Amino acid sequence: MGAPAIHLDGVSKRYRIGATRKQRMLREALVDAVRRPFRPPSDEELIWALRDVSLEVGSDEVVGVIGRNGSGKTTLLKLLARITDPTEGSVDVRGRVASLVEVGTGFHNELTGRENVFLNGSIMGLKRSQIAESFDAIVDYSGVGPFIDTPIKRYSTGMRLRLGFAVAAHLFPDVLLVDEVLAVGDAEFQQKCLDTLHDVGRGGRTVMFVSHNLEAIESICPRTIWIDRGTVRKDGPSKEVIASYMRDAKTASGSTVEFGADAHRTGGREARFTRLELLDENDRPIDRLRSGDALKIRLHLEADRMVRMPYFGVIVSTEFGAIVSHPNSWTDGFEVESVGPGEASFDLTFERLTLMPGTYPITLWMNRHGDPQPIDHLDHCAVLEVHPPERDVLDRILQRRTGAVFFETRWALAR
Amino acid sequence: MNVREVIRYRELLFFLVWRDVKIRYKQTILGAAWAVLQPLLTMIVFTVFFGRLTKVPSDGIPYPVFSYAALLPWTFFAAAITNAGNSLIANTDLLTKVYFPREILPISTVLAGLVDLGIASLLLFALLPIYGITPDWGIVMLPVAIALLVVLAVGLGMFLEAINVSYRDVKYALPFTVQLLLFITPVIYPTTVVPERFRSLMFLNPLSGIIETCRSALLPDRPIQWGQLGVSALVTAVVFVLGARYFHATERRFADII
Repeated sequence: MGAPAIHLDGVSKRYRIGATRKQRMLREALVDAVRRPFRPPSDEELIWALRDVSLEVGSDEVVGVIGRNGSGKTTLLKLLARITDPTEGSVDVRGRVASLVEVGTGFHNELTGRENVFLNGSIMGLKRSQIAESFDAIVDYSGVGPFIDTPIKRYSTGMRLRLGFAVAAHLFPDVLLVDEVLAVGDAEFQQKCLDTLHDVGRGGRTVMFVSHNLEAIESICPRTIWIDRGTVRKDGPSKEVIASYMRDAKTASGSTVEFGADAHRTGGREARFTRLELLDENDRPIDRLRSGDALKIRLHLEADRMVRMPYFGVIVSTEFGAIVSHPNSWTDGFEVESVGPGEASFDLTFERLTLMPGTYPITLWMNRHGDPQPIDHLDHCAVLEVHPPERDVLDRILQRRTGAVFFETRWALAR
Repeated sequence: MNVREVIRYRELLFFLVWRDVKIRYKQTILGAAWAVLQPLLTMIVFTVFFGRLTKVPSDGIPYPVFSYAALLPWTFFAAAITNAGNSLIANTDLLTKVYFPREILPISTVLAGLVDLGIASLLLFALLPIYGITPDWGIVMLPVAIALLVVLAVGLGMFLEAINVSYRDVKYALPFTVQLLLFITPVIYPTTVVPERFRSLMFLNPLSGIIETCRSALLPDRPIQWGQLGVSALVTAVVFVLGARYFHATERRFADII
């Protein structure tokens, strides 16, 4: 490990949820100041996005950062990028930082691709001449060639991503921060990006790579940091850290999963999911779920008061974060007048679960129509552990082990 | 204010100025003409209503020239603080995704306004010969007055924008405040209409000294009031320092609360 490029010492970051949800008015602040000059603001909810994080990253390391949504990964990158300051502790990053926190970070819609390359470069603190030197390589890498003088607003998401990544990778930052942006691109470009990240690391520069794509992390990052509820849960060789992370996700498997007070929830104030059961077609608990089986997911919830017109959804994703299926009561036309106060249960039946054997995290949500804030949301709260079927009809497919889903297909000689 | 950081990021500063100018002229039908039309139409309305009908005194200078010479810096200043006050919110994308010294935003917004000012000034220099006016050596003070105006606009802009991020009703109060400011600044009328004993109060508004200096610089036989200019420069410095300090004290919270 080279000299440390990143040094975090006892870093904590606190956010005020109340303050971000509702815009404050000067009028209110003045009234408050007159009415209760010595009382601290009380209706604000404080959350610690990061808590006492200390770590050191060398100047030639490529480090993966994993963790569930809302665990603090993005906050960590924002602190490293100096976009936001820590509430406590110190953040020390040496050299020029390029951050790809979102697709087209720092792009301006009205400007052309060419102008945006220069804008991005100057945001990184580069001189015009330095940017001009790398310009051709950037355009070449991004593959947006013919559109380089077209305003960015006409670009597709994929084109923005390619250009953004090309800029970040070619303008020689000392520290490159990449946050889950590769999910948007096509497979070919993703691979290209991964190769580039790998090379950037070997070129003596630091890369911090946040992703749900554990496979990608394992292939390019020798070291991985697992962030869990704002703290570093594990930090070490990628293979080991990813294995522990997967084990942790799997403890949620089994035919019944309870969601207690410690669940990773968003919302849950007026109503919340309490339990999930995996049942077969005869309502018996499933102890071994197999490809091609029928599956019934029974959702239990409790409501403190009556909730009108709730909608529910179950997101089934691969362990690399791609959504396989997202059944929800809104698009399925299943309407519920109201639930609560009290408990209620709902069944979601999969007539035939055509998932390939593997591990599939599930996310649950409950919304009210027209309200962007979820009533309750549980991210990756349970896992579908899918085993090969007993009867070996799928044997040949399973040997190939590619894809997440199998369809019921048939081959025939065309006449 | 973090001067060293701002200098390090000067390329970005120039780029943002250029971007503001380009986008402004690209997205409006009238483009550059807009920069001239705004003070020109205001001048015509003022000339008709204040110059002709109400007969506001203009120190013996033809009223159109008298008011246009003040409307140039005024229009620049009003646009500068309005735009600077909104520049953080207008650039939320940049603010929440990348780091750069935040001062760059208000500074670049104010500097971009100088282009408009330059274009609008061309009309003034066309107007002067029509009224047979030739500026004298006093014109060298014009850049000084404009520089002061820029410093004042940046200082006030930083303050406004910092409170604008924290409190969203500032956005609604701002246009109204700018409107009031027009009337307590000698744009429509000369400072000489104010009784002598109250006149020094007038110059607590730093715009008064700066705008009167612009006029004196452009129009001959109108000595520059050094005392007034000095007071304005002092107040400008105070506004700038306070604005920069308030901005600096709150900037670390911008990305979290915007």
